[in-house]
Amino acid sequence: MRLLRIVPDDTTFDFIRFRRISFPISALLSIVALVAFFTMGLNFGIDFKGGTLLEVRYANNTLNIGDVRSRLESLDLGEVQIQEIGGDGEVLIRVAQQPGGEQAQQVVVGKVRAALGEGVEYRRIEVVGPRVSQELLSYGIVGLMMAVFCILIYLWFRFEWQFALGASIANFHDIVLTIGFMAIFQIDFDLTSVAALLTILGYSLNDTIVIYDRIREMLRRYKKMPTEELLNASINSTLSRSVITHVTVTLALLALVLFGGRAIHSFSVTMMFGVVLVGTYTSIFIASPLLIYLGVSTRAMAEKAEKEAKSANSKAERLAP
Amino acid sequence: MLYFSKWKAFAILAVSAIICLMAVPSLLSQSAYDSLPSFLQRKIVLGLDLQGGSYIVLQVDAQSVRKIRLEQLRDDARRVLRDAKIGYTGLAIQGDAVEVRIRDGQDVEAALTQLRTLALPIGGAMSTAGQLDTDVSRDGNTIALAPTSAGVQSRTIQAVSQSIEIIRKRIDQLGTTEPSIQRQGADRIQVQVPGLQDPSRLKALLGQTAQLTFRLVDNTMSPQQALQGRAPAGTEVLTSQGNPPVPYLIEQRVLVAGEDLTDAQPGFDPTTREPVVTFRFNTNGARRFAEATQANVGRPFAIILDNHVISAPVIREPILGGSGQISGNFTVQEANDLAILLRAGALPVPLQVVEERTVGPGLGADSIRAGLIASIVGATLVALFMVATYGLFGVIANIAVAINVGMIFGLLAMLGATLTLPGIAGVVLTVGIAVDSNVLIYERIREEARAGRSAISAIDAGFSRALATILDSNITTFIAAAVLFYVGSGPVRGFAITFGIGIMTTVFTAFTLTRLMVALWVRWQRPQRVPI
Repeated sequence: MRLLRIVPDDTTFDFIRFRRISFPISALLSIVALVAFFTMGLNFGIDFKGGTLLEVRYANNTLNIGDVRSRLESLDLGEVQIQEIGGDGEVLIRVAQQPGGEQAQQVVVGKVRAALGEGVEYRRIEVVGPRVSQELLSYGIVGLMMAVFCILIYLWFRFEWQFALGASIANFHDIVLTIGFMAIFQIDFDLTSVAALLTILGYSLNDTIVIYDRIREMLRRYKKMPTEELLNASINSTLSRSVITHVTVTLALLALVLFGGRAIHSFSVTMMFGVVLVGTYTSIFIASPLLIYLGVSTRAMAEKAEKEAKSANSKAERLAP
Repeated sequence: MLYFSKWKAFAILAVSAIICLMAVPSLLSQSAYDSLPSFLQRKIVLGLDLQGGSYIVLQVDAQSVRKIRLEQLRDDARRVLRDAKIGYTGLAIQGDAVEVRIRDGQDVEAALTQLRTLALPIGGAMSTAGQLDTDVSRDGNTIALAPTSAGVQSRTIQAVSQSIEIIRKRIDQLGTTEPSIQRQGADRIQVQVPGLQDPSRLKALLGQTAQLTFRLVDNTMSPQQALQGRAPAGTEVLTSQGNPPVPYLIEQRVLVAGEDLTDAQPGFDPTTREPVVTFRFNTNGARRFAEATQANVGRPFAIILDNHVISAPVIREPILGGSGQISGNFTVQEANDLAILLRAGALPVPLQVVEERTVGPGLGADSIRAGLIASIVGATLVALFMVATYGLFGVIANIAVAINVGMIFGLLAMLGATLTLPGIAGVVLTVGIAVDSNVLIYERIREEARAGRSAISAIDAGFSRALATILDSNITTFIAAAVLFYVGSGPVRGFAITFGIGIMTTVFTAFTLTRLMVALWVRWQRPQRVPI
């Protein structure tokens, strides 16, 4: 049987020189993402904004969306979003947070129930009060920062500081682009989005580290090779793995996007963007070329190794009487 | 890297098999599960988003804890000063303190000594910390008693513990399976009730303080007059819960309270066939109720629940038997719920619902189906791709991934963890990333072979070099999962758990099972060239 070979053996693509194109592209995309974030803003779900969400179903084509709308608008509950979902007589109703503290939120569900009357199946009801939504938001932000920080520390211990910094910049780039994506397409931003962002972080790093690992190995082995050539060789030799792994992750995510159900749809879509489009691109075109600017070079490494050897020697001399 | 002693190989297989088998009890029917020995009775709990149910977070309001403490201090101060025969004026709650003016300057020191006895050490008399729950301070002839924030905090924590007990009693009466009631932080209670159709009844049961009192109705003036003018001292106007609410002028003095009930049951009035709640007092309550009704025949008394008048019947004859009934135009369910509330007792403080998430059984079943389909499709696509890319080695990778997934479920069951829909997504993603470890190994083997090594030496070097990378890359992903576990709650935490466990099992299978299978194949085939 002939095996599938997506990436030919011994590719010699000049990724490092491509940075003259990829860096400006990334800078541009990041600016677009930031502009989208500040102008359009994120579509915060009730987790972070507070409020009430109801998912209801009308059996056997009894749904009349106009009727639902007029019934709910007569309640005077402030901003009410009504959205038909699926084709099964299902409606998503979002009521903005009511003024008047925790107690005021509790009345909404009762009012909506009374307005919609009988013959409605309540599939999901979520009420998040002002206090909890505030906390969840700060937990989310703290969590993201904590993750980046912990990973930075780990990488610093495990690699040289240049690698840790490079990975963190790449990381930041991933988060910015993904948040921009969520702002542009107004994808619900809730707790599962934080989960998606953290997972994207994990995946992107996973990729970056595979390449960094190889760079480190090559640095130790080929002390005379020019830095750019060495970085290119490292990326090229791991290219087949990068591509194959991305195919498998994409396949898994595709299944989640297509069949995973609405409850995790925004999660799956965000992951698809972050992992498949951004994550791989970042590790190859951003994280690795960045190392040049951060002062990783074969010469520096050779000097350092020499110094270490010397100090080891002098130590040995001192020890030998 | 390719040599395994028999014992080591056996140990690897045994550990993998045992962990996988731990998942089996979760698949059994309830009766088969119950017949297992207790150490095997560990299974995966489906999250509320999959089995349907309600998740409610209640909060004890520190402000109302403070208010209750202030009222208590005011009443105690009055009693203490009266007992010590010290003259005072203007005893009242002023902001966050109770203030009182001592009439005679010579009595201030004595009053101070007396009032200081009201400040109690936090954590009970046995506490060694020596912090008091109340600050007693003097300003001229005025003495102020202010609850300290540490005191309020410790009372809040106490209120949460007491509330948990009472909530448990109330929910147990609903007859639902496996409700979970837990403290969350210092001032919150998290209630999870699976399989509940209608959360409004649950919330009604949780949201009521259920403070029941029997008090006399004041007939000296009409409630309207009292509302417009000045209500007589020691009375207040309370309303009924109906629409429109009917006002009553009620004495503040409590004849008997809910604490003195020993039992409450829903029933029907024998003559009117109306749903009622019948109750029985304990000895103390029965005696007090008997005395009160004997002294007030012909006057109405009110039955009051959480500051609402349920009914105000006229006392026709002394009630001596220590039992009675409450009628108040109840529906059968209302009578039922009131009986539950009275049996379980009153909450020490009012609770607020700060978060509620309910998933109906229909949506839960849909989510299970969606998760199942996505898992099967995802796993199949990945497995086919691996075989297409690596042939026999792809099959080995797929076996490793299958065992990997089995181990994830086994570990979930051992931990009694909760499986949520995002959790299922975590498993699907693990399948995607678990093959990555195989890809790393295989690609490395190919590289080594291309560099001119012999097949066996290439495989050996491939493993040893790839494993270091696998470890590094997975630790960082694991850090992200661990942070997510700490930050997230509910379904998101479910994702963090499966994702984190998935990373661990992935590293385990890469280091052991994949290597073992390849080693066995190498020994059996003695390959001359690498087959990938």
